[in-house]
Amino acid sequence: MANQKTIAETGNVLVAQAMRQCKPDVMAAYPITPQTTIVEEFAKYVAQGRCHTEYVTVESEHSAMSACVGASAAGARVMTATCSQGLALMWEELYIAAGMRLPIVMANANRALSAPINIHCDHSDAMGARDAGWIMLFAETAQEAYDNTIMSVRIAEHSDVLLPVMTCLDGFITTHSVDRADIFDDDTVAEFVGEYVPAYALLDTDNPSSHGNFSGLGGPYFEFKKQQRLAIDASMAVIKSVGAEFSELSGRPFDVVEGWGMEDAEVVIVVIGSSAGNVRHVARGLRAQGIKAGVLKIRVFRPFPAAEVAAALVGVKAIAVMDRSESFGAEGGPLYLEVRSALYDSSERLPVVDYIYGLGGSDVRLELIERVYSDLADIASGSMAPFGMTYLGTR
Amino acid sequence: MKWDISNMSEWTVEDFPHAAIIPESGNSDDYNVGGWRSERPYRDDEVCTHCMLCWIFCPDTAVVVKDEKVVDFDLAHCKGCGICANECPTNPKFGKSAIEMVPEGCELPGVK
Repeated sequence: MANQKTIAETGNVLVAQAMRQCKPDVMAAYPITPQTTIVEEFAKYVAQGRCHTEYVTVESEHSAMSACVGASAAGARVMTATCSQGLALMWEELYIAAGMRLPIVMANANRALSAPINIHCDHSDAMGARDAGWIMLFAETAQEAYDNTIMSVRIAEHSDVLLPVMTCLDGFITTHSVDRADIFDDDTVAEFVGEYVPAYALLDTDNPSSHGNFSGLGGPYFEFKKQQRLAIDASMAVIKSVGAEFSELSGRPFDVVEGWGMEDAEVVIVVIGSSAGNVRHVARGLRAQGIKAGVLKIRVFRPFPAAEVAAALVGVKAIAVMDRSESFGAEGGPLYLEVRSALYDSSERLPVVDYIYGLGGSDVRLELIERVYSDLADIASGSMAPFGMTYLGTR
Repeated sequence: MKWDISNMSEWTVEDFPHAAIIPESGNSDDYNVGGWRSERPYRDDEVCTHCMLCWIFCPDTAVVVKDEKVVDFDLAHCKGCGICANECPTNPKFGKSAIEMVPEGCELPGVK
């Protein structure tokens, strides 16, 4: 285990610190609440000479991701950060970054999408980009946001992967709250992430190459998409091995799904992000009353750990998925759809219900989570029928 | 490194280069990329002073020069953009410039 220093900082400062320690060659970013303090803090490090990153101030997120794509194809280690409308404005470049197999690392400070205008947390922004071909990690705490950022570099740049990684943390709840975290010294991180050696770089003039090409009329577009699919599938093993190595270095556990009380749980909530802490708190209270409550936190959403989720939920009596985003017109939120699909091949048919919660930063009070567990107990006992999807806590 | 694409029609997913990257330079030489041209340049050899402005401005290096004379257009690479005709200066002796754009398919002397 490496030496670490315990500090109190906001999630955003910790992400900026992690980025600085990973020594990106280029950062191109545009500020947007609640991501702003990441890029503000990082700009300060550049101004202070604490890192030698080329900091590109652009006029929009569309330009930010475009600059990242160009710099990454040039052979640089590239990072950026955004959220909400900014991520939405990056939409076309997200697909280009993934299709060009560029290992860009981007922090996303999860925030609701307009309209109505709202600056607070939900996962609509990231979930809207879930099919863009990016690897997606979610942090529960500022510590996890710091850890995920450092691991992302290794995952993205791995030769079996070469895909961009989005590392998400909950807007305001995690980005702006001061939290306790253990951080490494700069050398430890530098050694862990290593140097980025691109396979093909535009700036490698001895080995000229052409990037972002047309696949031709009737050309092999389909084959390149399959390459992307193979790469993101292969990334699961890389995420686990990088996570295991990081775990050894940090002394903090890492898994693609993280269970609490899952050994004998009967009623389980599946959740992503900061709410996992509250859910665990409620579950702990219920355990004291003899209720076998469990929590399954999803730390990696893309690639989706379907096998791990299914394995963890074997033997459970009733499951609630908590979705902090909508998939309007679908049977439920994005996480619900994934979890239900993951369970389809299980030998027993488990009741799974979905709670859409916390949109636009709507409060997730403990009594709401208690209500979910109480519904699950009723479903498990047969006194309530599984109802599909519902909204939790609306007036 | 020379990139051998001679049997590309037989390639499977594993054979295609990562991310559609072309790992060599200058290989548009090997392709006919002028197929969507709607107009082609026609050069009157009598009017042409061989000032080389067309050669300088052509974005596709499709003006063929031999022994310091413009001799032809490389129609496998000319896209018909008309920059050569636009830049071609008027020859006062003839009161016109040497290059003009003519519709593709038109039969004119010197147009192949």
